[in-house]
Order: sequence, then C-alpha cells, then structure tokens
Amino acid sequence: MRRLRSHPYLKLDWTLIVCYLVLVVFGWLNIYSVLHGEGSNIFDVTQKYGKHFIWICVSLVTAVVIIRWLPANLWQGTAWLLYGAVILLLIATLVLGVSSHGSRSWIKIGTFRLQPAEFSKITTSLALATVMGKYGFNLKSFPNVLKVAAILLLPMALILLEKETGSVLVYVGFLVVLYREGMSGWIITFGFLTVLGFILTIVTSPYLAMVVAIGLFLIIFFFKQEQYFLGIIITAASVALLLLLRWILSLEKVAAVNPMAPEMWLAIITAAVSVVFIVRLLIWFPRRTFARNAFIALLCGISFIVSVEFFYGKVLQDHQRNRIDVFLGLVDDPKGVGYNLHQSMVAIGSGGFAGKGFMNGTQTSLGYVPEQETDFIFCTIGEEWGLLGALAVLALYLTIIFRILILADRTKDAFTRVFGYCVAMCLAVHVVINIGMTIGLMPVIGIPLPFLSYGGSALLAFTVMLAIFLKLVFDEQRILH
Amino acid sequence: MLVLLVIFLVMAVRLFVIQIVDKRYSETAGNNALKYVTVYPARGRILDRNGNTIVENKITYDIMVSPRLVEPFDTLAICEIFNLEPEFVHERFAQYRDNARKIGYGSMPFLKQVSSEQYNAFAEKEYLFPGFDAVARTARIYPVNAGGNLIGYVSEVDRDYIEKHPEYRSGDYAGKTGMERAFEKRLCGEKGYTVYYRDARGRIKGHYDNGAIDKAAVAGSDIITTIDAGLQEYGETLMRNKVGSLVAIEPSTGEILSLVSSPGIGVSQLAEIGKYYKEISENPYNPMFNRTVQSAQPPGSVFKLVNGLIGMQEGVLTRDTWYPCNHGYTAGKVHVGCHYHASPINLPQSVAMSCNAYYCYVLRSILENRKYANVEEAFEKWREYVTSFGFGRKLGSDVPYELGGNVPTVNTYNKLHGKGRWRALSVISLSIGQGELGCTPLQIANLAATIANRGWFYTPHMIKGDETHPLDSAYCVRNYPLVDKEHFDVIVEGMSMSVYGDGGTSHVAQIPGIQMCGKTGTAQNPHGDDHSVFICFAPKDDPKIAVAAYIENGGFGASWAAPIASLLVEKYLNGEISPARQDLETRVKNGNLLYKVPVKKKRR
Repeated sequence: MRRLRSHPYLKLDWTLIVCYLVLVVFGWLNIYSVLHGEGSNIFDVTQKYGKHFIWICVSLVTAVVIIRWLPANLWQGTAWLLYGAVILLLIATLVLGVSSHGSRSWIKIGTFRLQPAEFSKITTSLALATVMGKYGFNLKSFPNVLKVAAILLLPMALILLEKETGSVLVYVGFLVVLYREGMSGWIITFGFLTVLGFILTIVTSPYLAMVVAIGLFLIIFFFKQEQYFLGIIITAASVALLLLLRWILSLEKVAAVNPMAPEMWLAIITAAVSVVFIVRLLIWFPRRTFARNAFIALLCGISFIVSVEFFYGKVLQDHQRNRIDVFLGLVDDPKGVGYNLHQSMVAIGSGGFAGKGFMNGTQTSLGYVPEQETDFIFCTIGEEWGLLGALAVLALYLTIIFRILILADRTKDAFTRVFGYCVAMCLAVHVVINIGMTIGLMPVIGIPLPFLSYGGSALLAFTVMLAIFLKLVFDEQRILH
Repeated sequence: MLVLLVIFLVMAVRLFVIQIVDKRYSETAGNNALKYVTVYPARGRILDRNGNTIVENKITYDIMVSPRLVEPFDTLAICEIFNLEPEFVHERFAQYRDNARKIGYGSMPFLKQVSSEQYNAFAEKEYLFPGFDAVARTARIYPVNAGGNLIGYVSEVDRDYIEKHPEYRSGDYAGKTGMERAFEKRLCGEKGYTVYYRDARGRIKGHYDNGAIDKAAVAGSDIITTIDAGLQEYGETLMRNKVGSLVAIEPSTGEILSLVSSPGIGVSQLAEIGKYYKEISENPYNPMFNRTVQSAQPPGSVFKLVNGLIGMQEGVLTRDTWYPCNHGYTAGKVHVGCHYHASPINLPQSVAMSCNAYYCYVLRSILENRKYANVEEAFEKWREYVTSFGFGRKLGSDVPYELGGNVPTVNTYNKLHGKGRWRALSVISLSIGQGELGCTPLQIANLAATIANRGWFYTPHMIKGDETHPLDSAYCVRNYPLVDKEHFDVIVEGMSMSVYGDGGTSHVAQIPGIQMCGKTGTAQNPHGDDHSVFICFAPKDDPKIAVAAYIENGGFGASWAAPIASLLVEKYLNGEISPARQDLETRVKNGNLLYKVPVKKKRR
C-alpha cells in the first residue's frame, strides 16, 4: 500500500486523465447509440463504433507509450522534424488525397483514413513552443514575428488549399497564445473589429458600418489623449451628423440626382481626410505614431468595408452567401442551408432536462441530423442525456482546459508553458466552435468535438497532444522532487 | 481565462434556453419521430337564401407517396389502376430523387383528386405498393347551374399564395375568386391530424398513444347567402348571349337577390378551373370581370331621378314645375336633343316620358341657384347629394373587388375648362346621366332600392348573418340620402306613369297583377350602340324587389333592359311568367347581342 502511494505515476495529473477517459468512453457510447441497429454489437469492427473502439485502443496505447517510455525532451528535439514531416504529409494529401464533402483532406491507408490536418495542430504547437520557448524570445523583434508568422501560415495555407476551412479557423486560437506571450493586444482588437465590420456591413448597411468605424476611431483617438469629455461630445456629434447626412442623401429628390450611393460619398470623404492627415503627420509630426497609425487603421477599415460590400455582392457565390445569411439570421430556411442547424437544435432542444435516455433518441438515430457521429455528436448528448448531460460535458471540457492553463502557468519551462497554451487553445476553439455550431451560436463549420466525435485522426491527435503535455509536466515535477 | 469562462457560460445558458425554456424545439422533435398525417376538413357549403345548396363537397382522394419507404413495385399495375402512362410514374420518381433530401421521410402527392372508383381499385391492392397511401380530400360540386362568378373557384395554393398566407401548406386548397375567396376564413375549416409512431427506419408502427394526441379536423362553416338560387339561374338564362349586368336587391333589407354579370363562368368550368382557365381568360368578353361591381358606365336617363330629387330638395323644382320641350333643349351653342312627346310637362310626366330638356332646366336651376356664390359652390352641393346616394364611392358591399365608379368634382371641370371658366351649361350632360359620370350596376340597383324605400337604403350585401358570424353592423344601419321622403313620392309617381301612363317609356315592363315602377335609360357611349338601361321595383306600395339591368350596346332602355328586368321581377314575385308575356320571354332568351359589342383585341 505504501509502495503504491509513493508510486511515481501517482504524480501524473489524474484530473486531466480522468476527464479525458470519461469523455472518450462517453463519446464512444454515443457513437454507438447513433449508429446501432437491431442486434448490433458495440465491438463489431466492421461498423463505425467498432472502428472507433480500435482507435480508442490505439490512442490509449500511444498515450501510455508517450508517458511511460518516450523521453520528455524528445519533443523539443524533434519538433522541427515532425513539423516538416506533417507539412510534407499535407502536401502529399493535396496530391494523393481522397475527396469527401468537397474537401481533399484524407489519405487512405487500408480501410483507415488519415487526416493530416489534425496532426498539424500538434506539430505546429511543438514548433511554436520551440521557437517561443527559447530564452530571451521577444515578440517585439521583427525577425521573431516573421518566424512565428511563417510557422502558423504555412500549414494554414496548405489546409486552406485542401478546402478544410474549419481547421484553418482553429489556428485563430494560436493568436491567443501569442497574446499571452506578449503580442500587442491591438492585433486581436484589430481582428475583432474586422469581424465586427464584416457583420455590420452585411447585416445592416455599409454606411452604418462606416459610421461605427468613424465613431470608434474618434473615441479611441480622444480617449488616448485623455480628453474624455471632448471625445464623447465630438463622437456623438459626428455620428449624429453622419446619420443625418445619410437621411438627406437618401431622400427621394436628392437620390434622384445623386450619382453615387451615400456610403461611397462617405468612404471617399473619409479616405481623403485620412490621407491628408496621414501625410501631414508624416511630414510635420513624425513622432506622433499613434495618431498616424490610428488614421491608417481608419483608412484600412473604410476600404475593408467597401471591399466587403463588393466581395459579398459580386464575388461570393450564391451558396456561400446563403450560408453567411443563414448564420447571421438574415434568412430563415429550415429546409435548405439551415437544415443541419435546425435539425441539430431540434434534437438538442427535444432532450429537455434529463434527456430521452441512452439509445432512445429519435432525432439522432433516425438520421434527421446529418454528420451525426462526427461533427454533430453533441446533438446526441443533448437529446439522450438532456441538459444534465450537456452541461456535464461542458464542465468536463472547462475542467480540462482550465487545468491545462493552470499547469502551464505553474511550469518553469517556457517550452512546456507555450505548448500547454497551444493545447488548451486548440481544445477551446474546437469545443466553442463545435458546440456553438450545434446550438446555433456559430456558423456551421465542420470541425470535430475533441475526444467525443467519431474520427480516429482527431482522437489520436488530441490524445497525443494531451499525453505530451502530461509527460512534460510530469517530467518537470519528477525532476524537481 | 475570464473570456473563456464567459463563452462557456453563454453556451450553458443557450442550452438551458433551447432545452428547457423554448418549447418549440421539443414539439418539432415530435414531428420528426411521429408521423403526422393531415386530416383535411370538409369545406363549408354555400347555401342560398331559401336553404338550397349552391356549393357542396364530394369526396375524392389524393394518392400520396413516401419515396423513402417505397420498395420496388409493379409500375404497370399502378398505371392500370389510375390509367397512367409509365413515363408519368418515372418522371414523378425522378423528381422525388432530385429532392430526396428535402422530402426526407415526408410524403409527396403522387396523384391528386382521384375518383372513388379508382381509389377503391387502389385500396384493394394497396399492400402491393408500400410507401403509397391515400388521403381523403373534398372537391367542390355545384348542384345549381348558376352563379359561377359569384361563387368563384377553389384551387390548390401555389408558392405565391403560401408566401402571402403562411398558414397554408403546399397541397392545401383555397378560394381564389368570388365568395370562396371573400369568405375563405369561414369556409376553410381547420385541418386536423392523426399521429402515427415511426420506428428508427421510418416504418409506421401504429397509432401513437391510441390517438390521444390526434386532432380532429373541424369542418368549415356553411355560408348562407342572400342570393335566390332560382332567380339567379333565371337571370343568367335571360342574360345569355348579352354583355352586361342584372342586379336584384330586396329593398327592405339590402339583400342582393341575384347578381348576374354576363358573360360569366359556368359552374362546370369552376369545378375544373385548371382545364378551362385559358379558355376563360382568352374570352374577349372577359367573363372573369364582375361587371356588376367593377364596370363603371354612364347611367343614362335613370340618373334623371337623382337630379329630380335634388332639385326638389333644393327648392328649385316642384311636382308642378312645367317646362317646355321642343325636340330638345337649346341654350346658346348648347343643344341637347329629345324625342317627340307632349309639351309642356310636369315632373312626373318628365320621368314617365324621360324628357331630356326637362332635366337640362332642372340641373341649370340647381347649379345657377342664387343661394350659392358661384357655380362651383352649387356643384359641390350637387355632388354631396349625389354621393349620398352611394354614387362615386364604394358602397361597401361584401361583393369582392367592388369599385366606386366616378362622380366628377369641381376639380375635374377646372382641369377640363380652366378655373372659373365653366358654368352650368358646360356640365349639362350630367343632367341626363351622361358625361363624366360612371356608376356600377350595383349602385344603380341601389338607387332603385332607395326609391322603392322612399328615401333610405341598407348597404347591399350577399351574405346573411348567423349565430356564429352575425351580420356586420355596417349592413344593419339605414343610410339616408340627403333628400326628404315626400320628394320620393313624386318620383315614384313618375316611375309608375312610365310603366302605365300615356307616353310612358316603360310600357313593356307591365306585368299582369303587379304594380310596377320603372325608369328606362339609354346611355350613349363611344363604343358602338347605346347601352340599354332599366331600373324598376315592385310592387309599388310594398316593394319586394328592386332591379337594375344594364345591357351593353342593347339600344333603347325599353328594347332589352326593361324586358329583362321586368321578367326577373315577374319570376320572383309570381314564380312564373304569365302567358301574355311568354313571347317576350322567348325573344329575350333567344336574343343575341354579342355581335354588337365591340371587342378589344387583347394585348399579348
């Protein structure tokens, strides 16, 4: 007994392991519930649930190997090798890959199919951790920024070429890692504003989006100089004036002689003013970089809105526009594009508080929800296990993510810390996008739910990530003690 | 970390909302696992004022198919039952395949409105065709051969209709014209459903919960019209091969007894509107057009009655005002012609003989009344009187698509002649119901009813009230034109003289044993022969029916309109045509005026 209590592997982080195991087994049961027929056996390897069982075994064995036998410093040492290998694999997929659902992201090996994009998350995390874990790494130096950008953009570009748009989005999570490692918050703010501008342009009007951009510009500009009162007054006055201007421009009589849409007037005027100020600032006040950059940002914002309007109206194809429209709630279309979303919400909604019980879901097992066992596995949980099950799953994910973040913060090793952040953010982005999509908070983007979804590549990839992190933390503790 | 926590919290709240708060999703979930089979309600019947059925239902069947449940079957056997070409079946199934995802486990109509015989043949062999089943529907039948335009047709809703009326689903039927449309809400009833339970493969396992949550269909309510089916049918035979309107109103209630727009749509065409639609819409006489409420035409001499009433009320005319007529009326360059009759004449005689000159004097005296500062002010007053009779505005009847016609305003003439540059003589044709006047036959019939009542009318309507749908209050109030009762007596005297007196223009309308009152009209128009117009009511002292007949290009009022209107009155009051008038009846029934009616070439 005493021996057992002092067994070194008790020092492993068992919170993570237990949460992980619960999710994996729960996922497997749900996959079986979706796909089972009369007299089927959960271990039948000709069926998807049987295959998934094999993948679970493979994952567990891999995890044990990583933790038990592979040295912890292996990963830092081979990070570049692995990164290069996966890049090659991605390229190979582009050439040799199997097409499915309009994307070319699978490599077939026997009856099992592999999705290299899933593994690129591990290697990218490793590479990122290697670069950023170096002593004295600073994101403020330009070569460092370039390095980091290259590490992220290379796999992103390749995955984009495979048309796996969803997986590319996961890389957005790495931005948060960069932020925690000292990247300027302006970049994330800028990204957020970009999305806001895009949505505003489409949902309301380009004119309104521009007014919001100008308003934000003014308020940030004045607040930065600590002229709060003046800032609020000028912003409010300008916004009111611009809205009045639009009203005048869109009057019937004015519109009849007006050769341009109101937003074009506004865009041209704002752009002209910005250019004048930028030039002025460059010539006379080269030190006032903030003012200059603010004007440049405003200029970019205005041109972004104009190009979104153009891009959305002229470049996007109908079905793409449709998807955006359905997500933004501009059209309600339960039979068309919104079908998946509608059925998924119906399935979850019908679960009620305690759910319909294991293997009793009607929506999910009748095949109303497409991609039920992969991207929409959360529907089954919502339907058969109800609010209780769904919240339990959320809690498990939250525990895993927070536990990783806490462990990462505690560690002394920069490599482990960066890698930990990467793992946590990868998981967070997957969970938020996937569950968000099934409950209508996010657009329908096909990415798996970690540990739960059917799909060997994803399960194995997430397991390996988690196992490497566990091993890194475990190793550090063992050495310390 | 905080951001992440907030995001997870938002997701948890959202889950709570869709799983616990919002009941919409759980109900839809039932929709998927349970199969709801719609039970269609019987559409309400339409009855006439005497309780005779004008429109009722017969049972037909729609053959439905759930493509996912169909197993290979004998195409030829299906074709034999329903008398189809195999290509039809293949085409249908090709469509289903194209829309497989949309259809899912739902079912689609395969054949519509199948007869009972074919349904029975199918029911015997239904077990051979898994995935097919039959749904009972109702189709309209029309026991009375009349009133096609009034009733209107029912047809399956199309995409446009569903967009405007989201409570309808593809496959539902709805009234598209006439009463079927106007009273759709009352007629359509409420759909019900039977719920079946499906297993994981979509096979129906049985009646869910022993029918505990089934909903019975609620049949539509019947509608009782004020129409007299027999009279309507008779009116339509009289109007055969003529273009125009024939409107009969019960003066004491404002109930429309018959409303004939000719040519109209036959009830046999209503039943299969899809087949006849092209033919009907290409008919040059435009049978879809309800002339009784939509065609505004000059009323002609019947409008003299209105001017006479206004003159008396204004005090510029009495029963014994005598005016000469020398083949018409001449003042300066203006000349209005008149036919030969005795002269001078008083007001009742002027009605009886329909003297044009008399009413030129009358209108002049109204418009040149010293009471008013100028002709504009007098004209405004005149117009106020005219609209109080229901002219120049929608009467507000329940006949769909009613139009208001036209009574000119001061502005009309200011535009025509210039402000201050016109006088009574400029608008003198209004005195005899010509010029810028446009009245619908319903408005003209309403005038007849108003005179019959000696000074009031109920807004004409064609639906009776019942316990669940009481008559709209608008039809329960008497409307009083601005003319006093005693003046109407003078006009009634004139209308009686028109039928019975010396030189009266309406002698042809005499009916043995009935005191008729009538007034002819001959409306000039730029499109060929004059329109023949007649209004009348009877019996004189206890009016039961008031009629307006407007026969386009029929010539004198006495040639066609008066015989038609009086025959309708006789039929209604006596139930049959007296032997002395049967020759007239034959002449009217066989009369064909279509060739006289100018046909506008339809634009393609």
